[in-house]
Amino acid sequence: MSFPLRIERRLRQPRWLSVAVPVVSVVVAFGAMTLLLLATGHSPGHTFGRLFHSAFVGRSSLDATFVAATPLAFTGLCAAVAFRMNLFNIGGEGQLYAGAITGAGTALLLHGAPGPVAIFAMIVAGAAGGAAFALVPGLLRAFLSTNEIIVSLMLNYVAGLVLTYLIFDSRSYWRDTSTPDARVFPQGKTLPNASSWPTAHIGLIVPLGFLVAVVIAVLVHVLYTRTRFGFEVRVIGDSPRAARYAGMRTRRKIIAVMALSGAIAGVGGASQDGDFRHVLDPRGLQQSGYGYSGIVIAALARYNPFAVCVVAFLLGGLQNAGYTLQGADFPSGLVGVMQGLILFCALGGELLVRYRITVDRRSSRRAPAAAEVAP
Amino acid sequence: MNNSILVVVLASAVTYGTPLAFAALGELLTERSGVLNLGVEGMMLVGAVMGFWAVQHVPGSGPVALCVAVAVAALAGGTMALIHSFLVITLRANQIVSGLALTIFAGAGGLSSYLGGVLNLADAPARHQFNAFLPAGLRHAPIVGPILFDQTALVYVSWVFVALAMLYLTRTRLGLNVRAVGESPEAADAMGINVTAYRYAHTIAGGALAGIGGAAFSLAITPQWVDGLTEGAGWIAIALVIFAFWRPGLCLLGAYFFGAFAGLPFTLQSRGVTIVPELFQALPYVMTILALVLVSSAGARRHLGAPSALGIPHVREER
Repeated sequence: MSFPLRIERRLRQPRWLSVAVPVVSVVVAFGAMTLLLLATGHSPGHTFGRLFHSAFVGRSSLDATFVAATPLAFTGLCAAVAFRMNLFNIGGEGQLYAGAITGAGTALLLHGAPGPVAIFAMIVAGAAGGAAFALVPGLLRAFLSTNEIIVSLMLNYVAGLVLTYLIFDSRSYWRDTSTPDARVFPQGKTLPNASSWPTAHIGLIVPLGFLVAVVIAVLVHVLYTRTRFGFEVRVIGDSPRAARYAGMRTRRKIIAVMALSGAIAGVGGASQDGDFRHVLDPRGLQQSGYGYSGIVIAALARYNPFAVCVVAFLLGGLQNAGYTLQGADFPSGLVGVMQGLILFCALGGELLVRYRITVDRRSSRRAPAAAEVAP
Repeated sequence: MNNSILVVVLASAVTYGTPLAFAALGELLTERSGVLNLGVEGMMLVGAVMGFWAVQHVPGSGPVALCVAVAVAALAGGTMALIHSFLVITLRANQIVSGLALTIFAGAGGLSSYLGGVLNLADAPARHQFNAFLPAGLRHAPIVGPILFDQTALVYVSWVFVALAMLYLTRTRLGLNVRAVGESPEAADAMGINVTAYRYAHTIAGGALAGIGGAAFSLAITPQWVDGLTEGAGWIAIALVIFAFWRPGLCLLGAYFFGAFAGLPFTLQSRGVTIVPELFQALPYVMTILALVLVSSAGARRHLGAPSALGIPHVREER
């Protein structure tokens, strides 16, 4: 009845493992993907080649990859910030919608304001919207210890319905009702030109949103590694009991971290308005599932804010390629399968970082050893 | 009388509630053993696509093909749950991340879309589908006819499953063991219960039921393969488990309650009642949050029964 493999916790995690394991995970995921493609009669080399080409080769591919990566960087940071404290905010999706609503509303209100003012106001409004929405699960968790996973998940749907309501089933401030055509085919008001976020031309076209996400990543890194707040968050994440004995105010940290997490997703929503869509776009936002991908990204990046930006870029490339290649001759659903496989392998690989797997020699050799002793 | 709005709404509640009942019952069994699986949506979609594939390709008469299709859907859902089980039970991965990964892997835009495309299932009507089969006299009986008897076999199967689950969890030795595993795996382990085996078995069974729930869409409600046809029913099923306080009987009632809200806007609009559809659609989610707040107060938690070890891996060496 003895299983020959033993899994035991590593006392020290070797540094090379934290690089080797993700790399091996991706390789294994690609291996599994190759098998699936072969089994369904697709040529793996050709398919991967096209995928890589339309994600990362050439200027236009890279520009589109930045566009796809921007919201993912925000939702990835949103998840990473909260997950680091074992606070499972999976409401990044809804908080992004909330930020998109407040961001677009602010841009419309500030009609005629100069660009920098409008853009700054949009960022602040997006952050406020996302934070306010994240405070619902945050306060419930802090004061009533209600499970934040389910509450934030449910609120994703509520936010999606609010978004649909504002454009499709009401005559709200966000909806364009100026022409007879727009009254029949509901759509949002186009945001004023001044509120379009600029792009950085550094060889490639990088949206302002992506740069904002990188700045937020730096700030989060400083907050979590260089301040007392960050230290306490990490202690609470690793051992809530130890934190309580040390007199840390867990409740305040929960509220603050949820608000921060929601604010980041909210800025992502404002970036959707200002960088790309220039209109409050319920269908487009809801079809994308940025929030859920963000959790994948945070997990792959092992909650490190800089790694989140890099992984967001890589997975953004994958999504961009899947979108570009959509068509009869390219297998649909491939991108989701690949994302899932990479994450499965990374989750499995995590075990190798945290634990050591050894072959238990004692149990398998017990019988012969006993025989040797006998004579 | 059978055309009155209440009867129509209740009948559609049973129809739309049935896939929810299967999926939520599966998630309930999984959670009772202490495993949280957020991949229900993905498992439902893979069940839906594979069930539909089976019904298109299995030779034989309607009932035989449909039974095989449901079995295939259960197998497909169970296989998806096996991935989650291996990751979270054997490899002790984070249950939330693994469950979400399962939904991304298997759900809309993932494996189910891939299979639907590769197997060429879109835009074809089902060769066979579940229909109401009871005698017309019963089906047209006043009030109860449309609600209870003008339904497909899957509805009655779901009743049987719910009854079996109730008996299993509360009246059998195995069910007692499951609850022990979900409440206190250390104590269960010390009693000689194989925690790992119980958790595997119930997670896979949960996946199989989610697969059947998906097949209820592609073989009875829709009945064809449309990419992402469950439209978030898997997430509602997860909410439903909490809403039902982890009890199978309440789970069925809750499924019909949520099913009513899913169908209500269409019914009301077709009768010229102007309402805000989003308000009705949001109600199940808001009510789930309220139910959860109710459960989470300390005293209620003990009586209402969230499994204490839900989401926590059991590592014998570290206790």
